[in-house]
Amino acid sequence: MVPPVHFTERVTMTDSTDAGPVLAADGTPLKKKLAQALFVSRARAFGLVLPLLAFILVSFIIPILSLMVQGVKNDTYSANMPASTEIMKGWDGISEPTEKMFAALVLDLIKAREEKSIGRVATRVNREVSGTRSMFTKAARKAGKLEAPFMAAMLNIDEDWGNIEVWGAMKVSSQTYSAAFYAAAVDADYNADGSFERLDEKDRIYVYLFIKTLLVSLAVTLACLALGYPVAWLLASLPMRTSNLLMILVLLPFWTSLLVRTTAWIAMLQSHGVLNNVFVWLGITTDETRFSLIYNMTGTIIAMTHILLPFMILPLYSVMKGISPAYLRAAKSLGATNWTAFWRVYFPATIPGIGAGGLLVFILAIGYYITPALVGGQDGQLISNFIAYHMQKSLNWSLAAALGGILLVIVLAIYWLYDKVVGIDNMKMG
Amino acid sequence: MSQKSLQDAFVAFDHVQKSYDGEILVVKDLNLQISKGEFVTMLGPSGSGKTTCLMMLAGFEVATHGDILLKGQPINNTPPHKRGIGMVFQNYALFPHMTVGENLSFPLEVRKIGKSEREEKVRLVLDMVQMGDFAYRRPAQLSGGQQQRIALARALVFDAELVLMDEPLGALDKQLRERMQYEIKHLHEQLGITVVYVTHDQSEALTMSDRVAVFDDGVIQQLAKPDDLYERPENAFVAQFIGENNKLEGIIRAQEGDNVIVDLDGGMTARALAVNCGAVGDRTMLSVRPERVALTGDGSNSTDALVQELIYLGDHIRCRMTVSGHNDFIVKVPNASGHKHLVVGENTKVSWQTEDCRALDA
Repeated sequence: MVPPVHFTERVTMTDSTDAGPVLAADGTPLKKKLAQALFVSRARAFGLVLPLLAFILVSFIIPILSLMVQGVKNDTYSANMPASTEIMKGWDGISEPTEKMFAALVLDLIKAREEKSIGRVATRVNREVSGTRSMFTKAARKAGKLEAPFMAAMLNIDEDWGNIEVWGAMKVSSQTYSAAFYAAAVDADYNADGSFERLDEKDRIYVYLFIKTLLVSLAVTLACLALGYPVAWLLASLPMRTSNLLMILVLLPFWTSLLVRTTAWIAMLQSHGVLNNVFVWLGITTDETRFSLIYNMTGTIIAMTHILLPFMILPLYSVMKGISPAYLRAAKSLGATNWTAFWRVYFPATIPGIGAGGLLVFILAIGYYITPALVGGQDGQLISNFIAYHMQKSLNWSLAAALGGILLVIVLAIYWLYDKVVGIDNMKMG
Repeated sequence: MSQKSLQDAFVAFDHVQKSYDGEILVVKDLNLQISKGEFVTMLGPSGSGKTTCLMMLAGFEVATHGDILLKGQPINNTPPHKRGIGMVFQNYALFPHMTVGENLSFPLEVRKIGKSEREEKVRLVLDMVQMGDFAYRRPAQLSGGQQQRIALARALVFDAELVLMDEPLGALDKQLRERMQYEIKHLHEQLGITVVYVTHDQSEALTMSDRVAVFDDGVIQQLAKPDDLYERPENAFVAQFIGENNKLEGIIRAQEGDNVIVDLDGGMTARALAVNCGAVGDRTMLSVRPERVALTGDGSNSTDALVQELIYLGDHIRCRMTVSGHNDFIVKVPNASGHKHLVVGENTKVSWQTEDCRALDA
């Protein structure tokens, strides 16, 4: 670009093509000057965000990171049984255990008994091969009196000490970082030689549970969409006064205690509850063949749909509220029937709301815990209930973390897929 | 109205009433006949019932009483999509998720017209509104004026004989609005379509229409050609609403043929054309257009005036004066060579002809 000649004064100030970076009036580069000028306002903005950032860091990011670590790290064995941990590193997991390995084990057992950590170690190994817990506690009690050769002495206590599977379980347990828990979370066995093996058909639980959770979430999402779409449409098209009243009804589940709601569902759905009584009265079913609507999958789906419905209705409503009635009128004036006008003009305009509501309900449903726990019975339990079980009952935190990690990955994958197919910027929360 | 004239008219409103709440009539006994090929504008302030009339014609509102006829057939019970009326909406209502081409072919698709014919018609109509290159754009990528053209094209593409327009130019800036006014007018002439146009902008109405229906309070105040409307308003509302107007109120002293002698409240006695005034002794409002007032003392009505304010507007000078006690009397002095130069505070004479002064309802 050739600057006009008669603007020479301005040109010397702003021309950057042959005089290096653009300079401010005092000679400092303009970029630097701009950064200085904006620093205060940026610092202030950052200061305003800081409390929230700190809160999210402490309450969300750090727990999630530690969860991810928990899923692969477990030092119960390696921290308490250092000698056998060290010697196990050199063992290939296939050959017969040597006298040296037995010696190290005995040393560790004595130490672990003194430090009272043998129970935890035994539990850890027991998770790999069940039934080994008592072997450890028994051997630890007698370890102090054992004399070399230790192999023979140990086999004398329990013949199973010669079992290579037990040693394999110890080797897996001795690894501070291992894929054992993630393997367990997808119904596989992680072997001492580093290989994976699927469990027997009858022992598989988690993959089936993940699939069940996804299907239930999908069913709940579809049910919410089918029930919520007409309601959102009513909300958006009714006059203000009526729609406000309806909105209160929609939000009512939000304001009701979860336990009250659940109790209400029990009263409604149990085999001698309101719904079944009505069915019997109407002759839909007989007194002997009442439907079981609660404490099973049906109950879980009904209650979750009810609870998650507002999350579908609200984004839909906000999108529908923004659709000018002129579009439908235009479509009709152009010759479209009500049906065509709806499908060709109105429905496409609501897709951002369907996307937002669907994603919201689906992701909430995938991690839903309380409702299935309360009304799900045996059959209606979802993956979150098992995560909770491992956190609270079996105290296998690493497995809980691995299950949680997989759930997180599934959610992120769904989110990514949604972004690819629909586009996340298309989503409208309101 | 005779039944015959209702049958002959292209569009007819026959004693149409409309109420939304059962208490207030927003349209009171509307009778209007529009012939084929006519450009009729419904003009009025907001809330005057003009848009309601348009919506009843389009089929989005139901008349509470009376018939609306299209080509002699009552259409009260015909749903909007079967009326075959093209409509241009206030904010265009182009479908945002469709391209321009898809928007235009929508009315053809729902009429089950074949693909090749659809493409041909879309191409023709795009050329007609000079938007031939825009078929693959989305409405959001177009400027307001371009969207306006597409909305117009969409109302025309399925060969509607009647096109309704609901303040279609309201969102455009002044210059573009004026250009579009001419284009719509020319399209109307070329295609021979009938247009019913709703606006609150009187200059738009005067520019484009064959006839203008001035609405107020649910009633057509006057239905006339633009020049008649401006020069021969029939009542005070029309005189005030269309163009600028000086109103002088007073009591009728005597009637002489077509003229009345009026004693103005400010003391002056004026002679005016009796248009829509009462008998002797009734109050009346005289209407005088600012450009019909001369700065001389020799018209049939002449009085003293005190210059209050002068506004220079290039082609003319707007002069606010006190005349007969009214201090908002406006005179437009053309900026012709040798025009009289006024000074604020100056006393001058003003005058106007009897036929330019119309005695209307008070």
